[in-house]
Amino acid sequence: MVNTVLKATKINKYFLDPVRFRVLKDISFSINRGSFVAITGKSGCGKSTLLYILSTMDTDYEGELVMDNEALKQKNNAELALVRNQKIGFVFQFHYLIEEFNVLKNVMLPAMKLGRYSTEQIEEKAIQHLKILGIQDQALKNANQLSGGQKQRVAIARALINDPVIIMGDEPTGNLDKKNSDIVFGIFKDICTENKQTILVVTHDSEFASRADRIIVMEDGEIVS
Amino acid sequence: MKNPLLLNIAFALLKARLRQSIVAAAGVTFGIAMFIALVSFMTGLNKMLDSLITNRTPHIRIYNAIVPSKTQPIDLAGEFSGYRNFIRSVKPKDEGKQLYNASRLIKAIRADDRVIDVAPKTKTTVFFNKGTIQLSGMIDGVDVALEQKLFHMGEYITEGNITDLGTISNSIIIGKGLADKLSVKVGDLVQVTTPDADIAMLKIVGVIQFGLADIDDVQSFASLQTAQRLQGKPANYITDIQIKLKDISLAPVVAKEYARLFDVDATDIQTANAQFETGTNVRNTIAYSVSITLLIVAGFGIYNILNMMIYEKMDAIAILKATGFSGKDVKTIFIQLSMVLGVVGGIIGILLGYILSVIISNIPFETQALPTIKTYPVNFDMMYYFIGIVFALITTYLAGLFPARKAAKIDPVVIIRGK
Repeated sequence: MVNTVLKATKINKYFLDPVRFRVLKDISFSINRGSFVAITGKSGCGKSTLLYILSTMDTDYEGELVMDNEALKQKNNAELALVRNQKIGFVFQFHYLIEEFNVLKNVMLPAMKLGRYSTEQIEEKAIQHLKILGIQDQALKNANQLSGGQKQRVAIARALINDPVIIMGDEPTGNLDKKNSDIVFGIFKDICTENKQTILVVTHDSEFASRADRIIVMEDGEIVS
Repeated sequence: MKNPLLLNIAFALLKARLRQSIVAAAGVTFGIAMFIALVSFMTGLNKMLDSLITNRTPHIRIYNAIVPSKTQPIDLAGEFSGYRNFIRSVKPKDEGKQLYNASRLIKAIRADDRVIDVAPKTKTTVFFNKGTIQLSGMIDGVDVALEQKLFHMGEYITEGNITDLGTISNSIIIGKGLADKLSVKVGDLVQVTTPDADIAMLKIVGVIQFGLADIDDVQSFASLQTAQRLQGKPANYITDIQIKLKDISLAPVVAKEYARLFDVDATDIQTANAQFETGTNVRNTIAYSVSITLLIVAGFGIYNILNMMIYEKMDAIAILKATGFSGKDVKTIFIQLSMVLGVVGGIIGILLGYILSVIISNIPFETQALPTIKTYPVNFDMMYYFIGIVFALITTYLAGLFPARKAAKIDPVVIIRGK
């Protein structure tokens, strides 16, 4: 049980607009600590919908969700926000950096929200992460001065800042060229093997998926393998 | 730790839209400045107009009214006590206007600690003679020092000196209108005829102007002693006792109390000048409603700008929520953002309002009717500055609240998946 980071039981999700439509059908699976999991499937198979349910941002579903031994279904929005802050790191297809802040501040934000460490410690930690990702020289630049690949690496640094148990990615390489894709994959792989953090990535990039430890293939709202 | 962070984010968002933020804050500034300038000016004017009356009017006046006696001799006769008695053509009692035992009355009232001070007065009507012309007028015999203390008589003296009234015997301070009609000036002698047809010569030591023509045309002042002598009355002849209270609102109650206690007639200022309060209230209401309208308009400006900002910053809001900021945090950010505009705009508004007030108070305002006023009257009461900043905070809070609630409800999934 200790090794299970995320356990989903009979997840069902309906879209109501324009007609009631069952997007996810009794999805059940679990993810072990330190594994690199890729969810893949065709467009519209429900893989992103599933990810957002797992990410606690979408609360409109049926079924049970347990993350790091905590049941999530009963929590209210403020508690879920705390869970996202502490346990989940996000990397999206689009970088979502806040352009009013510089790179360093963007990375620091989730940690400052958590407030576990002092600002100086957080800053040090953020620089550390940027260094590992090879972009520490960009730290004081504004977010919109960076290239696409660099932005995505900043987004990864931001995802890592609170030492989350699981890092979720929604097409994290979707906007990147081959070279940058490889860099991002390499970073994920390192995080997974060295930090023993869990990676859960949704992608339709079959090459990216094939290099993961475990591949979950979805079709029409169901897990097929 | 947490709140500085949220405030930090709010500031960053503000900086991103600096120009709109300045415009929004300027709206608040303008609203507050106008509120302060308007209210200060209005109440300053009100105070001045009211003081025209209240400065000169005692809070309570004690006198002997000339009325028919309520109890007629027949009521005292035992054999008719059970009857309803009708008496026609009852004449007022000839008691004169004198207050009996006035000096003891004054002493007793002065001992009351609700009272600031008491001033005795003796009133008489006279004719002022100039050649063959006779002008009717009033002479109030007053205690100069007390009159100055209670009614600021010196402020209305346009020529001459009030203290001369007490020191020079048979002297008079004459109303401006009266002086013009008689074409006399300070230092001249004026002949007066009393109701008892005595003739006296009085020396003019001053000219007084209250700014109310009806009064300035008839009113003049002499010392208590001069007025008593003029009427051929003894030194205890006093027709009015004027009282000023520490709290003007107590006047009706205290007046009733004295009337019962001393068996005299007493009127209070509220009863005598009811219309003044109404005028003051109406002017205040106008000033406040105009200012509040200005602030509400400023509030709408802030509301609009925040709404726009929220649409522009959807991505930032979404990522803040995704990385663990709760809806409440987002709401706080936007309310703080609005309040920052309110505080900055409000403080500048207060300064601007003060500057405007100072400018207004230096604009020359000279009118024949108000000799002592040289510039526009402005009331620099701290209270209005306080009300101004409170208004600014309330309006900006409310203007921020609705957009902030909208931002708090933004679903990050919709934004992020929409890309």
